[in-house]
Amino acid sequence: MRPVTYLLADDVEGAVRTVTADPDTHFLAGGTTEVDLLRQNVLTPHRLVDINRLPLTGIEALPDGGVRIGALARMSEVAEDRGVRERFPMISRALELGASAQLRHMASMGGNMMQKVRCGYYRDGESPCNKRLPGSGCAALTGVSRTHAVLGTSEHCIATHPSDVAVPLVALDARIHTRIHTRTGDGERDHAIGDFFLEPGDTPDREHPLAHGELITAIEVPGLPIARRSLYLKVRDRESYEFALVSVAAAVDMVDGVIGDVRLALGGVGTRPWRAIRAEEFLIGAPAIPENFEQAARIELSDARTTAMNAFKPELARRTLVRALETLTRDGSQR
Amino acid sequence: MSTSAEPSTSPIGRPLDRVDGRAKVTGAARYAAEVPLPDLTHAVLVGARVACGRITSIDASEAERQTGVLAVLTHENIGKIAGQPPLLPSLAGTVAPGETFFPMQSDQIHYAGQQVALVVAETYEQALHASRLVRVEYAEQPSVTVIDDARDQAYEPEAIFAGFIPGRAQRGDVAQALEQADVTVDNTFSYAANHHNPIEPSAATAWWEGDRLTLHDTTQGVTATQHTVAALLGIPHTRIRVVSHFTGGSFGAKAMIWHHPTLAALAARAVHRPVRLALTREQMFTGCGHREEQEHHLTLGADQRGRLTALRHHKLSLTSPFDHWAEPSLGVVGQMYACPHYEGAYHLIRANTMTPTFMRCPGEATGLFSLETSMDELAERLGLDPVELRLRNFAETDPASGKPWSSNGLEECYRRGAERIGWHRRAEPPARDGDWVIGLGMAASAYPVYGPNNPARARARVYADGTAVVQAAVTDIGTGVLTAMTQVAAEALCLPVERCRFEGGDTDLPHVAATVGSSGAGMVSAAVYAAATELRAQLVARAVADEGSPLHGADPDHVVVRDGRMMRGDAPDTGESYAELLRRNFLPDSEATGSWGPPPHDVPYAALTFGAQFAEVAVDPELGLVRVRRLAGAFAPGRVLNAKTARSQLMGGMIWGLSQALLEATHMEPNTGRWANASLGEYLVPVNADAPEVDVDFVDVEENLVNPLGVKGVGEVGQAGVAAAIANAIHHATGRRIRKMPITIEDLVVAPEA
Repeated sequence: MRPVTYLLADDVEGAVRTVTADPDTHFLAGGTTEVDLLRQNVLTPHRLVDINRLPLTGIEALPDGGVRIGALARMSEVAEDRGVRERFPMISRALELGASAQLRHMASMGGNMMQKVRCGYYRDGESPCNKRLPGSGCAALTGVSRTHAVLGTSEHCIATHPSDVAVPLVALDARIHTRIHTRTGDGERDHAIGDFFLEPGDTPDREHPLAHGELITAIEVPGLPIARRSLYLKVRDRESYEFALVSVAAAVDMVDGVIGDVRLALGGVGTRPWRAIRAEEFLIGAPAIPENFEQAARIELSDARTTAMNAFKPELARRTLVRALETLTRDGSQR
Repeated sequence: MSTSAEPSTSPIGRPLDRVDGRAKVTGAARYAAEVPLPDLTHAVLVGARVACGRITSIDASEAERQTGVLAVLTHENIGKIAGQPPLLPSLAGTVAPGETFFPMQSDQIHYAGQQVALVVAETYEQALHASRLVRVEYAEQPSVTVIDDARDQAYEPEAIFAGFIPGRAQRGDVAQALEQADVTVDNTFSYAANHHNPIEPSAATAWWEGDRLTLHDTTQGVTATQHTVAALLGIPHTRIRVVSHFTGGSFGAKAMIWHHPTLAALAARAVHRPVRLALTREQMFTGCGHREEQEHHLTLGADQRGRLTALRHHKLSLTSPFDHWAEPSLGVVGQMYACPHYEGAYHLIRANTMTPTFMRCPGEATGLFSLETSMDELAERLGLDPVELRLRNFAETDPASGKPWSSNGLEECYRRGAERIGWHRRAEPPARDGDWVIGLGMAASAYPVYGPNNPARARARVYADGTAVVQAAVTDIGTGVLTAMTQVAAEALCLPVERCRFEGGDTDLPHVAATVGSSGAGMVSAAVYAAATELRAQLVARAVADEGSPLHGADPDHVVVRDGRMMRGDAPDTGESYAELLRRNFLPDSEATGSWGPPPHDVPYAALTFGAQFAEVAVDPELGLVRVRRLAGAFAPGRVLNAKTARSQLMGGMIWGLSQALLEATHMEPNTGRWANASLGEYLVPVNADAPEVDVDFVDVEENLVNPLGVKGVGEVGQAGVAAAIANAIHHATGRRIRKMPITIEDLVVAPEA
């Protein structure tokens, strides 16, 4: 048997130090990714440090209109938090449409940021996979790739980033707070979410800029009035318990039929939660009309690279993006 | 005898709650992998990682060194099977191997996942861990795993199904009729491979006491397991007892006898201890068959009034290297409509997969999609209402045999289904609801009435306390058959259902064939009814002959029984209970057996269970989304034994039709020949949020021929035609004909070819 030692951490510093000291020790939060992959022999830690007792829970409304979400807050808690619902409907919605009720009760927000890709070749524990075993190749490139990414891919990896809630968080410029232990002592770091999810490039095994043992303590979403009128639109084959084929997080601020500000991000199509910067830039200052929505979507997807099986995704992403913008601007109301 | 219960108190047909419901929801029910045994050991299978080739080496040394490991069995040490029994459907009531191949007999690999090693250890975790340390090296050879790999290798089998179904059937001259037809509809359809995925994975617990083997198996037929394992091991039937008290769903996955019970028995013999062997979810994709990838080519010819003149239906599908297997997709299609010229033919390609198998609504689930979407297209071409087109082609007699139907009811099913869905609302252009377009579609539904090949038997016993037990070796795979048979026993014995107990799932009980092909309720009820009726007659006869009985000397034909009390029909105050009779005579019980011999194959009638399916779907054409809002089905299944469980089965079948239409597909990994989505996360089935409002209606028909109680079965017909009704509704909403299953988002998002 492959024994796994289990430690129940009772302070943040101790937990961070323990994991930092040993590359084969992992954090255990909700366990909805870690335990699955441990059982499938994809992750092989010798030791798990259970952080569920650490004081990293709680959802705190911030004076600037933002919110600070503890890393151990469960997805379901955040989804139903009144402040989140009012200030950031796109976050609530993305959480509600993610996973299943059981998983949402277990999974932590910090863990959600760290979740592994759903690529079957990564998860089967033995196919060529540069993410799991660097240099072994990528079976998805010529394999079953209907759900794989079309943006931010490389010749080494086309796995889609699976998170729903990371999509609105990226749109909203959230920040990821961490605790880290280095030779010089314990400290805190703060990552812009735009820098937090790495494209595969030549190093698909490297998914985050975090050091081993660096622990997410909180996610901070800045106050952003535009987000009060926002949505998360998810397209998938069935109504629940399925990852997005395409999803869109969108918020629009309109003045006299002209887009003053807009936040857009795409899920289900990128190797990271995809901030649609180019579409945003095109739309700001443009009249809120369907032609402009379509043009913005075209611009954003112009670099998409597809396989035979996911060739429909850019078109589906364009249509979903347009639908999201139309829905937000449909009644012509101005915030 | 005219002794019978009064109709008003008849237990048959009542929506009785499941007799085993409480045991199931509380966990008290023990399934095959839950049997507690002293010294139990645990086995884990290792499957081949290549689809074709040879094993060049197996190194089990590291696995064998692990703590708790008792044995690693491979083709090098497991020993040879006594002989390979032929492939026969389990309804035949005898041997029923899922494929005529047994693994671990040589170094040859025929399909990915083929069992190559079996690790036995003290605990499941130890066995699982060691199973990953068995190093198997292969010399891989090119494989065929999808139709596109080997179209040029297709052949026409003489027969499929072990010779039961001819490879080709025809009547009239279809080529000429198509040439002369006013209208033709000619299309090709493609259907993804499907896997059953019952919630309980297949499993067996095996132990030997001397040369006697006991097996707890997940099976649709304990006798089928008994006969198959006996043949493979070369031991007498008398030395194998198979038990299956509860089976957690099957849908055909457990209709045939796959390798795990025999492997569990071999492992138990090797370690001299009881062995529990359960397949993992992933192993379920290569451990108990599947619905094969297939293509249909269907051509309809009709006259201007829409009357069919010709129907040609060819099927191309993948089978295994061992067996000529195709699900029987050409069955009902050739019988559904009055059509003088017909030709059906199967074409197979040998592929590196296991032998495909029965999966719910086998054959008809795909065949009726091809036929009923083509009929919709024909109706459109002729400007006819789809229901009207079907009425114009109603078959008064069976077009295949010319025989009259045992019972029918189809026209009433059309009428009732149309009423339930609100067919009159079907408008052009279709209605809209925001971004959604609302489509209505319909299809005919039918499923054969299969019977067993040999007599079904049952035993009935009334105890001196007035309670009764009735037994037959039937397994309840979730259908509610234990409940329904309790009702049949109560009716025939004239006892309240609370005082009757039905027992099944054990080869020590009287034989019935496997409950497959919607035949379980019909054949088992016939045997149970016969045994219980015989027992009642026996008790009445004893009473009228007994000088101590108030009924002494009465005419047995004029004795009625109510609530276990026998009485004179003309003087109800004169009588006594079964219990009084038995106790006075110092009898512990009274027992009788009964059997039902199935009708011969040349009966003067034809039998199908008919129905009609209607669907209302919402389509978001921009985003390619299809959501089914309502399903309405009307069915004429003859006698219904339990209104609640019958309705549940039909509803489950209808939702499965939705699933097949829109979600279910097992994708073949092209580079390795392995199934790419072998998990419940990636093999999509509907969640609760996908399940629409389902309206199930029963149409009464007088059915006196197929079996004594006139039960035609509801296991499969609920699924027949649903997918076509949904596809036809999608067409109504979008104008698009998607000739494949499942119909997915990309089919609607990608622009149709010009």
